[in-house]
Amino acid sequence: MKKELRLMKGNEAVAEAAIRSGADAYFGYPITPQSEVLEYLMAEKPYERTGMVVLQAESEVSAINMVYGAAGCGRMVMTSSSSPGISLKQEGISYMTGAELPCLILNVVRGGPGLGTIQPSQSDYFQATKGGGHGDYRMIVLAPASVQEMYDFVELAFDLAFKYRTPTMILSDGIIGQMMEKLEIGPQKPRRTPEEIAKQCPWATVGKPKNRERNIITSLDLSAVRQEEKNLKLQAKYKEIREKEVRYELINCEDADYILVAYGSSARLSMKAMDILRAKGVKVGILRLITLFPFPTKIIKEITPKVKGFLAVEMSCGQMVEDLRLAVEFKKPVEHFGRVGGMIPSPEEIVEALEQKIIGG
Amino acid sequence: MAEITLKDIIKEENLVYKRSEIMTGKTLSYCPGCGHGTAHQIIAHTIQDMGIQEQTIGISPVGCSVLMYDFLDLDIQQAAHGRAPALATAIKRVMPEKFVFTYQGDGDLAAIGTAETIHACNRGENITIIFINNGIYGMTGGQMAPTTLEGMPTATCPYGRDTSIMGNPLKITELLALLPGTYYVTRQSVHTPRAVRQTKKAIRTAFENQKLNRGVSFVEIVSNCNSGWKLPPVKANEWMVENMFPFYPIGDMKVDGKIVNK
Repeated sequence: MKKELRLMKGNEAVAEAAIRSGADAYFGYPITPQSEVLEYLMAEKPYERTGMVVLQAESEVSAINMVYGAAGCGRMVMTSSSSPGISLKQEGISYMTGAELPCLILNVVRGGPGLGTIQPSQSDYFQATKGGGHGDYRMIVLAPASVQEMYDFVELAFDLAFKYRTPTMILSDGIIGQMMEKLEIGPQKPRRTPEEIAKQCPWATVGKPKNRERNIITSLDLSAVRQEEKNLKLQAKYKEIREKEVRYELINCEDADYILVAYGSSARLSMKAMDILRAKGVKVGILRLITLFPFPTKIIKEITPKVKGFLAVEMSCGQMVEDLRLAVEFKKPVEHFGRVGGMIPSPEEIVEALEQKIIGG
Repeated sequence: MAEITLKDIIKEENLVYKRSEIMTGKTLSYCPGCGHGTAHQIIAHTIQDMGIQEQTIGISPVGCSVLMYDFLDLDIQQAAHGRAPALATAIKRVMPEKFVFTYQGDGDLAAIGTAETIHACNRGENITIIFINNGIYGMTGGQMAPTTLEGMPTATCPYGRDTSIMGNPLKITELLALLPGTYYVTRQSVHTPRAVRQTKKAIRTAFENQKLNRGVSFVEIVSNCNSGWKLPPVKANEWMVENMFPFYPIGDMKVDGKIVNK
């Protein structure tokens, strides 16, 4: 079959992927740098193409709760926002986790805290991977490093969300969301029929027939005994996710003395830094994280004895580096390099950081 | 003559009102004399009479009626505080052929959920909203609500609501009636058999309207909170008639999309 190629922005790729993967609904609210998702969907009229619902909500709070409602009906539903808006969605994400509802949330991260800036950042790592809202929970977090991955991860995220009945996040950033790249897009998948939804999601609230118990979507249980059981059930789910869903990419790590650990835009920037270092004769490899939760602890433990040190490259003041240190268990030097507040590190700065903090350190 | 016992009275042939099949039979968690149970029963009867159990999805709020899903034999989603209209919006839009209703208290609908309420109404979502207004936060222990009357004492305004400090009671239903997205807006009560019959009629209309696809049908029920008001049930109802009804007058505000002129 002939490949279908497009030139698209990362945000547009997510929108097209949602339509093509057979999503049932999108609810969102404009915020820079991700408004193209909603704009693209409104222009494309997916309600004519596939019957997909698209609605601009009155707030991010409302949008995530619309996602809750549609997800409770077993629908493939997503929302997107950027950092300040994702903070507003945390209430809904916590409730969805408690109610075990699948959904996709895209965060095109910008610099914070507060209103911060509209420039790219990776400063929402903690929020995405450690829970974000109240309660003891995790989200599956995927980190795309290209427009192609922005597209591909939509269907993957939906699959994982439904497999584990849990909110799944694509944690992107302003660079990946805004940049244009060539990508290959897949064929249009049909949306599931109501019968298929009822079969796949027997828990969905779609109206109670006489021959089954009523379905209830709730995160509430006033019994501490049952609420503890519920928490342990969630933790068992996260354990399975940690065992089965770790995704990463190793680049030139076979002979590497030093490893740059990065995800998203930072991984792209690290590629160039690696080339510069390799040209100088420094054996550098990259561990590119694809899932941030689950974190690829196992492979890091395997690499640790073979290398001299790690440099976590991220556009934050040092968030992912904490998970890296936990995995390395202080057996080898682990340092952090990042630019923040919307500043993007240059490959040369990454080279310098590795040379000064790890090689020379 | 032998003494007549309750057993002699409560017989099939003597029952005027029967428990709806849509009620699960689980003992209600509400205080004795509370209006919630009656409101639930009216909704249950309406759904039973219309034969739409299989097509109905309800949304319970945060508040005393959070456990509505224990009492109504329907598919029900429990919403975060105030967000029920957002859930209803999405549920109705992904399944336009279904009947979707929210059941919300005054704190839920008129304070924390004001944005969701107003925008769902303004978009003209084809849903039914049942709004229980008892002027107080019941579940959390009787704190001031957006609809607490001027001078009315609560746990967070123990000397009575001072509007110069705490603001005014909000007539949100009057406000919603002005929006083009609402099709039917009415205020009812459930404290007498006559009021129950009126409310049943209103809720039936509010559900039937969903077949027309003309916008929100909104039924406010002014109700009591014996525990929060610290009054026995009969006294609470008397207090409600004397104090709540003058500020929240019973009657239709908007019918068939037209404001009712009084």
